[in-house]
Amino acid sequence: MRAGVVALLALLALAVAPAAAPGAQPRASFNDVEDEVMCDTCNVPLNIAESDRADQERTAIRRLIARGLTKEQILAELKRTYGPGILAKPQDSGFSLAVWWVPVAVVAGLAALLAALLPRWRRRGRDRGDGSPRPRAPTLSAADERRLDEDLARYDV
Amino acid sequence: MKRSAVPIVVAVLAAALVGLLVYGVVARRDDTSLDSAVRKGQRPTAPGAGVTLPVLDGSGRRSLAQLRGKVVVLNFWASWCGPCENEAPVLERAQRKLAGSGGTVLGVTYKDDADSSRDFVKKYHVTYPSLRDDRLDLAPKYGTTKLPETFVLDKAGHVVAMSRGEVSPDFLSQAIDRAQAD
Repeated sequence: MRAGVVALLALLALAVAPAAAPGAQPRASFNDVEDEVMCDTCNVPLNIAESDRADQERTAIRRLIARGLTKEQILAELKRTYGPGILAKPQDSGFSLAVWWVPVAVVAGLAALLAALLPRWRRRGRDRGDGSPRPRAPTLSAADERRLDEDLARYDV
Repeated sequence: MKRSAVPIVVAVLAAALVGLLVYGVVARRDDTSLDSAVRKGQRPTAPGAGVTLPVLDGSGRRSLAQLRGKVVVLNFWASWCGPCENEAPVLERAQRKLAGSGGTVLGVTYKDDADSSRDFVKKYHVTYPSLRDDRLDLAPKYGTTKLPETFVLDKAGHVVAMSRGEVSPDFLSQAIDRAQAD
């Protein structure tokens, strides 16, 4: 019984430990950093790059992780050394901004175009008719319907 | 929106997109203006003379402008570049040849980890200085996108000869002679 209480307290202490160190940040994981960095000579993300330079970048990332840097600190260090082109995510400044605003502008433009054209197409569709609802599909007479059923029955397998 | 405005808006949007695409392609194209000038026998002014870069050994910053009055063999290299290993002894011989007349080989590392660059210098017994161009402040001005590349500059800071790819001893020797002749 006493041993059980001690074990329970030990488990609780383990569970509470991370909360007791509010300033501590988790260490970066290599895979988490690697997919946000470019191989700057091959122009592909580092996680799919195969070259000597890519291997050198991976070694640099591992070294920074070993120094205890967080993911953000590692990305900032790489950016400071090699410039913003080393980051896979486009920057939110300069020409790179186009990556964000061009899709938004295209979607907004298409939406505005549809908003302008749809009422006109509807109006034109209405104007083309005489105002009465169009016949949907020709209805069959009872005799035709019976004949159709007979024909279809013949093709039953 | 009036009917006549719709095609105009579509055309403007399409033109903007095409313009963006063209800009993206043109901006990424290699600069070959030096190549054509040197091929014509001209001696274009070496670009980026005022760009200061950190010295690989940590002894401050230097620029090409500080070497005006000397023949300079500017060589872009990196420790991860195989052909750079092959040409290191050739450049080292050129350095010995130049040292007597006050000239120098000036290495510029291209997107290279500084520790690896220093290991390379030790491994190949490189005695000429190297600058670090990690952020590519200088290399693009020479249209350098692949390694190694070498540019021979005369005392007035003009490009006399250039070699994109591994440099040959004959090319380097002749280019240095031409640069020193003026």
